[in-house]
Amino acid sequence: MTSSDVDRSGDGAALRASLSVGIAVAAYGLSFGALAVASGLDVWQACVLSLVMFSGGSQFAVIGVLASGGTAAGPAAIASAALLGLRNSLYAVRMGPIVGGPWWRRLLAAPLTIDESTAVGTAQPTLRGQRIGFWVTGGVIYVGWNLTTLAGALLGDLVGDVRQYGLDAAAAAAFLGLIWPRLSALQPVAVAVAAAVVAAVLTPWLPAGIPVLAAALVAIAVGITNVLGSRPVDARQEAQT
Amino acid sequence: MTVWQIVLLASVAVLALKVVGYLVPPKLMERPTPARVANLTTVGLLAALVVTQTFERAGDLVLDARLPAVVLAGILFALRVPFIVVIVVAALTAAGLRLLGWMA
Repeated sequence: MTSSDVDRSGDGAALRASLSVGIAVAAYGLSFGALAVASGLDVWQACVLSLVMFSGGSQFAVIGVLASGGTAAGPAAIASAALLGLRNSLYAVRMGPIVGGPWWRRLLAAPLTIDESTAVGTAQPTLRGQRIGFWVTGGVIYVGWNLTTLAGALLGDLVGDVRQYGLDAAAAAAFLGLIWPRLSALQPVAVAVAAAVVAAVLTPWLPAGIPVLAAALVAIAVGITNVLGSRPVDARQEAQT
Repeated sequence: MTVWQIVLLASVAVLALKVVGYLVPPKLMERPTPARVANLTTVGLLAALVVTQTFERAGDLVLDARLPAVVLAGILFALRVPFIVVIVVAALTAAGLRLLGWMA
């Protein structure tokens, strides 16, 4: 194909960004798999979460809530995962015009629509670069994350108590790493602090999972009322970045 | 509920949310309020999960080797150390402290 109207200048950079992000994130599936079996899931249940849910934050939320609350905390585990998955809807809205094409291409893109694929995709300057960034990042993480989940779950079954290896601290650090880039303005910082306090205060009193949901309600209330928010013009710009 | 029911329901819910996003008219999410609520909900949930994952054990708050590991992780994230390196350092920190018998 020798078309001159296609801008290929960003292809290399998009590919490099996709592979470096993709491989780094996929490696982390090892600790998800190991923690999942430590939380009481079997190897297949851990794999189904990575194959179908495929959203790190939601997956860790499910096993975190199940680890402390057992199956009695099932509704809270499902609600936490779904609320955390809400941001993927937002990413999908943003990726729709970039993915383009017939309906089946968007259907194929849907499972791959996560933090990293959206971030790498939308960060590229050309449309081709954006598509490469999205599909390669999403594809590399999907394949890698599922392989490492399986490996981690099998290893976790063998090694027993993963606390000995600090994997519980690794999960806490992972949540911290996911929230870190989002703490760029006063409003998200205030929500993070308020949510952390609410979760800490409620944890000794309520069943596992409920304190996390209560913290989410605080965030939703702030979002609707826009307390501590920037002016409307700024908010529109934020919504697009 | 069984573990399988929880795993399948939660998985389908999260997948459906991704599909729904491609069906929503882009105009709706360009409005500030839905976008702000979605972003802040993520921040609130993650902050709560940092706290419970760091302090919670058997329905109570405890101080153990996870706290120094998470504090160190925060410092490393602030220094822009890559994600996977921070995760490994956090795990090694907690594992090392437990091996030494401190804050087990």
